[in-house]
Amino acid sequence: MIAEAGLAALWLAAALAALQLALSLGAGGEQGRAIATVRAVAIGQGLLTAIAFAALILLFLRSDMSVLLVAENSHSQKPWLYKFAGAWGNHEGSMLLWVMVLALAGAVLALLERRLDERTLGASLGAQAALALGFFAFLLIASNPFERLSPAPIDGRGLNPLLQDPGLAFHPPTLYLGYVGLSVAFSIAVGGLIRRQVGPAIARAMRPWVLAAWIMLTLGITAGSYWAYYELGWGGWWFWDPVENASLMPWLAATALLHSVNVLAARGGLRAWTMMLALVAFSMSMVGTFLVRSGILTSVHAFAVDPTRGSFILALLTLYIGGALTLFALRIVDVKEGAQFDPVSREGGLVANNLLLSVILGIVFVGTLYPLIAEALSGEKLSVGPPYFNSVASPLALILAALMLIAPQLRWRRDAAPILPRLAPGMLVAIAALVASFILAPGIGLLPRLGLALGAGLLPASVQPLFGRSLRRTPLAVWGMALAHLGVAVAILGMASDSAFTRERLVAARPGDTVAVGPWLVEFRQVMPAAGANWTALEAELRASRGSGVTVLKPQSRFFPEPPTTTNEAAIDTSWNGQLYAVLGERDEQGRWQLRLWWKPFVTLIWLGGMLIALGGALALLGRLVRERRQRRNVEEAFA
Amino acid sequence: MSRAVRFVPLLVLLLFVGFVTWRLLVPNDEKIRSRLTGQPVPAFTLAPATGGIAGLSSKDLASGRPRLLNVFASWCVPCIAEAPLLDELKRSGVHIDAIAVRDRPEDVAAFLANHGNPFERIGSDPESRVQLSLGSSGVPESFIVDGKGIIRYQHMGPIEPGDLPAIRREWEAAK
Amino acid sequence: MKRWLLILALLAAPALADSDLPAARYANEQLPDPRQEAAAKALMEELRCLVCQGQSIADSDAELAGDMRAMVRQRIAAGEKPEVVRAWLVSRYGDWVSYRPPVEPMTWPLWAAPLLLLGIGAFLLRHRFRRRG
Repeated sequence: MIAEAGLAALWLAAALAALQLALSLGAGGEQGRAIATVRAVAIGQGLLTAIAFAALILLFLRSDMSVLLVAENSHSQKPWLYKFAGAWGNHEGSMLLWVMVLALAGAVLALLERRLDERTLGASLGAQAALALGFFAFLLIASNPFERLSPAPIDGRGLNPLLQDPGLAFHPPTLYLGYVGLSVAFSIAVGGLIRRQVGPAIARAMRPWVLAAWIMLTLGITAGSYWAYYELGWGGWWFWDPVENASLMPWLAATALLHSVNVLAARGGLRAWTMMLALVAFSMSMVGTFLVRSGILTSVHAFAVDPTRGSFILALLTLYIGGALTLFALRIVDVKEGAQFDPVSREGGLVANNLLLSVILGIVFVGTLYPLIAEALSGEKLSVGPPYFNSVASPLALILAALMLIAPQLRWRRDAAPILPRLAPGMLVAIAALVASFILAPGIGLLPRLGLALGAGLLPASVQPLFGRSLRRTPLAVWGMALAHLGVAVAILGMASDSAFTRERLVAARPGDTVAVGPWLVEFRQVMPAAGANWTALEAELRASRGSGVTVLKPQSRFFPEPPTTTNEAAIDTSWNGQLYAVLGERDEQGRWQLRLWWKPFVTLIWLGGMLIALGGALALLGRLVRERRQRRNVEEAFA
Repeated sequence: MSRAVRFVPLLVLLLFVGFVTWRLLVPNDEKIRSRLTGQPVPAFTLAPATGGIAGLSSKDLASGRPRLLNVFASWCVPCIAEAPLLDELKRSGVHIDAIAVRDRPEDVAAFLANHGNPFERIGSDPESRVQLSLGSSGVPESFIVDGKGIIRYQHMGPIEPGDLPAIRREWEAAK
Repeated sequence: MKRWLLILALLAAPALADSDLPAARYANEQLPDPRQEAAAKALMEELRCLVCQGQSIADSDAELAGDMRAMVRQRIAAGEKPEVVRAWLVSRYGDWVSYRPPVEPMTWPLWAAPLLLLGIGAFLLRHRFRRRG
C-alpha cells in the first residue's frame, strides 16, 4: 500500500513537472495569473516528491521485504539508523533523494523568490521543471524504487558493512543538497539568458542558492573525506578517485561561481563568466552522477554499476547541458560587459581566482577521463592517479593560496595606493614560517613546506579585512569571508602537516611488546573477542603514552554475517596536536599480530578547516538574507 | 566573447559524450593482460610444490617443443572446474607444467589427489613472485610457451569447454 | 566461552579467494633503513593493485597486493632503484599498473594541460583589462 502510494505520488509529481514546463512555455493564460499558477504547481511538485521519499523511508524503517529495494539492501536486525539511512545507500533510493532535492529546490524558488521579474522567474521555473521531468522519467522508467518482490523473502540481504556508519546518514544527503542546489543557479542562469536579463539582479537572485549549495558541498566533501579516513584503515583522506573527483568538480565550479556572482552583484562585471560558471556547476553535478552510476570508471567508492542506466543519464545530460550551452553561445553576444577594471584591483584578483579554479577544474576533469580517452584512441590502458593530480593540482592550489594573501586586500576597480604595507602581515608571517620550516624541519618536501608557509601567512591575511573597521557595523558577509578564508588557511596547514610529519609503523607484535611511533610508546596488551548488534570482532587493547598519562586504543577486526564481510575498525585518539591511529591486522603463524600505527600531527586541521569554510559561508548567507529582509522592509515602510 | 570561442564549451561537451559513448558501447574489459606475449619466459627456478613431482624452471619451458604453463592454487575454486579440461588437453597430447601460487605441499597433494594430476612438473611460488614475473594477475591462468621459450598465448581465468578450440589452435601454431 | 568466540571469529572470516599461507616477509613490515623504507613507500603508493577496484598496493588488504609490497621492499632493500622496479612491473602489466602516467606522445596533452589551460584562459581574458593610463 505504502509503496503504491509512493509510486503514485511520484507519477503525480512528474505530471506536475510536465504541467509546470508547459505553463512556463506560455501555454498558460495571461502573464500575471500564469506565474501564480506556475508557483503553485512547483510547490505541489516538491511536496509530492517529498511524500514519495517519506514513503520509501517508511518502507525501510518497517523492513517491508515485499519491496525489492528493501529486500536487497536492508535487514530486519539492523540498527534503526541504518534502516533509515540505508534507504539512500543504494542506486534507486539515492536517485529518489536526488530528485526530491531537485523538486523541493524548485518549490522553494517558487515560494520565496521575489527579486526576479515575473517573466524571468517563469523562464527559470520552466528550466527547473525541464530538469525535473527528465530525472522523474529516469526514476520511473529505469530506477523505480518501489518495485515489488513476490514472493517476499523472510529477510533482506543486508546493508554493506562499510556503509553501516553514521557517515552514511550525513554524507549523501549533504552532498545531494549541494549538487542539486546548484540546479537552481543553473535554472536562473537559463532563465536570465532566455530573457536577456544578465545583470546584477540575476546575480542577487542566484547568490543565496549558490552559497547554500556550496556550503552543503563543502560539508559533504569534508564529511566524506573524514569517513574514508577512519573507515578504510590506511590513514589516507583523499585519493583522487573518480568518485571523489566527481564531487570535487562541482565544488570547484561552485567556488568560482560564488566569487564571480559577488562581482556581478556588486559591480556588474564578469557577466559572461558568471553565467558560464552557473551552467558548468550543475553540469558537473550531472556529469558526476553519470560517472558514478554508469560504471564506466573503476572506483573503490562506486555504489552502482549499470551501463543501461548510465546511457539514460547520458542522454539527459547531453540534452540539458547541450541545450544550455547552445543557449549561452547564442545569447552571450547580446550581453554587454560591465566597466573595465585595472588588473591590480579586487576584480583583477577575482578574475585570477576564477581562472585558477577553472584550470584546476579542467585538470581534474581531463585527468579523471584521460584513461578512457587514451584507451579509446590507442587501445592501451593507463592509470592516472595521485602522482599526477598531486604534482599538477597542488602547485596551482598553492598559487591560489598566494593570491588569497593579496587579492582581498585590494580595492575595487583600480588600486593605485601602495600595496606592500597592506600585504605585510601575511607576507611576513609566511616568510617567517618558511624560514622556521627550514630550521626545524629541513627534510620535508617542497610542496608541504610551501603549504606550511602559505597556510601560516593566510592566518593573519584572511582576518585582515576586519581590521580598521567598526566591527559591530561590519556586514556579516565580510565576517563570513574572513572565516571562510581562515578555514582555507587551517585546512592547508593540516594537509601540509599530514604530508610532512606523519610517522608510520607497521609491525608484527606479540601481546606484551611495545612499539614506538613518533613521540608515542604503544604497549600491545592483548586481543579479545567482542560483539555488537550485528557483528563479532577481535579487539586489540593498546596502551599509548607520551610523557604523562595513558590512552587506551581498541582497534577491531570486525566480521559481519549479513552479507559476510570483514572490516577494519581503526582506533583513533585525538589530542590537541594530532591523531594516533591504530589498526589491527591478521595473526601470522608465529602468533604475532599485525599492527599498523600512525602518528599524524595536526591532521584534524584538514576537516576543521573544511567546517570553518562552511561556517564562513553560512555567516555570509545569513548576512545576505538578513540584509535583504531589512532592505525590503525599508522599502515597504517607505511606501507605506 | 568572440564568435568562435563561445562554442568551445559545446565542443568540449560533444567530445565528452563521444568518448563516453564509446566506453558504453565497448565495455571495459577489466582483465589486465600480460605484456610478455611474444617475449621469452623470464628466468626462474622453483622448488617442487609437493612430494613426488619435479619442480619447474624456465629452462624446462624451452625444451624444443611447446608447453602449456598453468598457474593455479589449491585454494582456487575455479581451478577445480578447470581440472577435467586440463586432463582432456593432456590426453590429446598437450604437455602441461604448473606453478602453484601461495600453496602448502600437503594442500597441493590433496588437490591433485582429488582432481587429478595432468602436470609433468609443478613449481612452488609461495610469494607470487614468479606469477608477477610472468605478468599474471590471478588464478587460474594458462600460458602457451613455444619450443624456444617464447610466450605465445595467455588464457586468463579457467579453461572452459568453449575455449578448447582456441587453445588447440594456439598450441598448433606454437609448434 | 571466550576461547570459543575467538575461534568462531577466526573461522568466520571469509576466505573466498585467499590462500592459507601467511603474508610474505615485508608485506606488512617496514624496512630497517628509513631511507629505503621511504623510497619503497613512495613507490608503493604509485603502484596499482591488480585485483582491486582502484587502490594502490600501499592501501590494499588484498593478498596479491601484499606480495607486491613484499617484492618492492625486498628489491629496494637489495639495492635496486625504485624506477627499475616500476619499469619491471610496467614491462609485465603495462602502464596501467603505475598511477603516474608516462610522459610520451599519448600523454603529452595530459601533462601539458595545466599550462595549456592557463594559456587559453589568459588569452580569453586579454581584453578584459583596461590598460593602465
